[in-house]
Amino acid sequence: MKPKVAFFDFASCEGCQLQIANLEETVIDLVNVVDVVEFREVMDEKAASYDIAFIEGSITRPMDEKRLKHIRKQSKILVALGACAHLGGVQRLSNQWSLKQNVEQAYPEEKSNVIINNEFFENSKHKAVDEVVKVDYTIPGCPIDRVEFIRVVVALVHGNKPPIPEYPVCVECKKNENVCLFSIGKFCMGPVTRGGCNAVCPSHGNECESCRGYITHPHEKAQTDVLAEYGLTADEILHRKTMFTYRYVEKQKENVI
Amino acid sequence: MNSSKDITIAIDHLTRVEGHGSIVLNAKNGEVKNVEWSVSEAPRFFESFVRNRPYYELSHITSRICGICSIGHALASLKATEDAMDISISKQTELLRKLALHGENMQSHILHIGYLIAPDLFGVGSVFPLISSSPDVVKKIISLHRMANELSELICGRTTHPITLIPGGFSYIPSEKKLINFKQLLVDNLPICSEVANVVLDNAHKLPNFTRETEYIALTSKEEYALYDGEIGSTDTGTHPVKDYKSIVNEFFVPQSTAKYCKHHRDSYMVGALARFNLNADLLTPSAKQLAKQFKLHPVNFNPFMNTIAQLVEFVHSVEDSIELIDILLDKKIHRDEKPTSFKVKQGTGVGAVEVPRGILFHEYTYDANGICTNANCVIPTNQNHNNIQRDMEAFAPDLLDKSKEEITLNLEMLVRAYDPCISCSTHYLDVTFV
Repeated sequence: MKPKVAFFDFASCEGCQLQIANLEETVIDLVNVVDVVEFREVMDEKAASYDIAFIEGSITRPMDEKRLKHIRKQSKILVALGACAHLGGVQRLSNQWSLKQNVEQAYPEEKSNVIINNEFFENSKHKAVDEVVKVDYTIPGCPIDRVEFIRVVVALVHGNKPPIPEYPVCVECKKNENVCLFSIGKFCMGPVTRGGCNAVCPSHGNECESCRGYITHPHEKAQTDVLAEYGLTADEILHRKTMFTYRYVEKQKENVI
Repeated sequence: MNSSKDITIAIDHLTRVEGHGSIVLNAKNGEVKNVEWSVSEAPRFFESFVRNRPYYELSHITSRICGICSIGHALASLKATEDAMDISISKQTELLRKLALHGENMQSHILHIGYLIAPDLFGVGSVFPLISSSPDVVKKIISLHRMANELSELICGRTTHPITLIPGGFSYIPSEKKLINFKQLLVDNLPICSEVANVVLDNAHKLPNFTRETEYIALTSKEEYALYDGEIGSTDTGTHPVKDYKSIVNEFFVPQSTAKYCKHHRDSYMVGALARFNLNADLLTPSAKQLAKQFKLHPVNFNPFMNTIAQLVEFVHSVEDSIELIDILLDKKIHRDEKPTSFKVKQGTGVGAVEVPRGILFHEYTYDANGICTNANCVIPTNQNHNNIQRDMEAFAPDLLDKSKEEITLNLEMLVRAYDPCISCSTHYLDVTFV
């Protein structure tokens, strides 16, 4: 029997689910090996249990936590899909302010109390999925890489552990023969960021923004040496950019306290 | 007949739309007591958390408002930043940006027509059963979808969340050879457009014949079918400068929704493909005009269900206009070494407006002298449509009461889907509740 697969979205742009449609003809191959039983964005049908549940989005409100916990109970394997589920997404930056301050900025023409008392706005701090339920595997990226998604599905269908790279973006950048962005005076998160995206941003002249999060051991000696060439330490890099990595900043603050 | 009966319908988490919303219908003694469209998407507060970010991060952050229209958000964002800092762009940049926008419009339109609306026309719950029941049609739709994504990838570095679009220009410019190859792909896909259009034409009678007069708002220009640039046009009040956008959208908060609502000259207005068609149909390419005629789509058309047909017409326009844009680029020779315009970071406020698949989009930012964002406002197309969806529903629901509960539900769902709402953009959710 084909494994039953479901997709769920929380606070996100739904761009990771869109990558499933962007598989183009491969979608047909995908539905030959798995049975898509729930995917609200593209289908009406619903199911009661799933072999693999893919979760997109950050988790913000009690109503969302409740829904996520329910999905977890119904799922054998739960996979965090993309940077919002993995790290809390760019919207995690809003955690810097109180709900009242965020509401006043986004809805300036309204009295903030009226809005805050609405349950749709309750407790809107953005969290990653693994801060609410157990996550079995994570597919990083903003958006996810379609080839990596297929690799993960193939592994899960065969009962294997999905292969997610344990090397930094620099490895792929070198393989693509890119000029190092540091050498032309730019700043890049590549040395501390998990590879697997084929260094798509540096290969198009843009700095890595660490949408795939940090590798497990970003202080490896080789990288430290590379950075030293440009007068940087790994620690400096970790604090230079926070677009996708505010989760680590929050963690650091917690540890200080 | 159940017109004398009480009907309660509650559709929670409406399917086949982007984001989360609900519909509630309550009828007593054959009379609609309450019908309500509400949006419960989790708020993400982009306008709050872009504060303190440097100008060069803004388009990369705000593209994340929406996965489907990330290129449009990036472009509206860049135009706002360029307006604030008086940055001009080259002709090559303008042409490439227009191509990027066509790529996204085609991708989004064919996704809506082929994957979200087609199941309603074929009477199934999703596109998946169509893979085995109508494989040829599905393969044609995929072919068009792939072509659209290849254009976005060629110009922006990837299909979703563009990499190469930066203030003043591009960080990477495609080669002449790749543009020539892509032009051939566009030419090869034109007959497939007609074949898909014929399938839709055979099923178009299933779209409800419902009309309600309303105001249509879109960018408009004398030179071209406005997508990348223009003035604000209204079918009621004529043209207005983009900088006056706040007096057009008049956003307000409603308790049933985390998304803001809008109104201008009337109780509500509509944006999107049908609004653009109603304002700018004269400037479509010849094949697109011909296709509109085949569907008996003429401006001003007041049937919201025809928005899907207007999207199909725009798809053909985008294919033909992309061919022309590539010809102009090739004629002028591609300058791959062109650097983005150099500029001095300065204090200021700027507005950018772009037509994205679901309608007119505005971004406005204020920067301090160091180029750090101190204030932001984004007005999203779907927010501008929520109020019009609600008014349409109020006008449409009484005509449906003779039908079975299942048919009422389907019709109300189809009405919302016709707007191709992108609720993640507007904030996120679709639930229909018949109470």
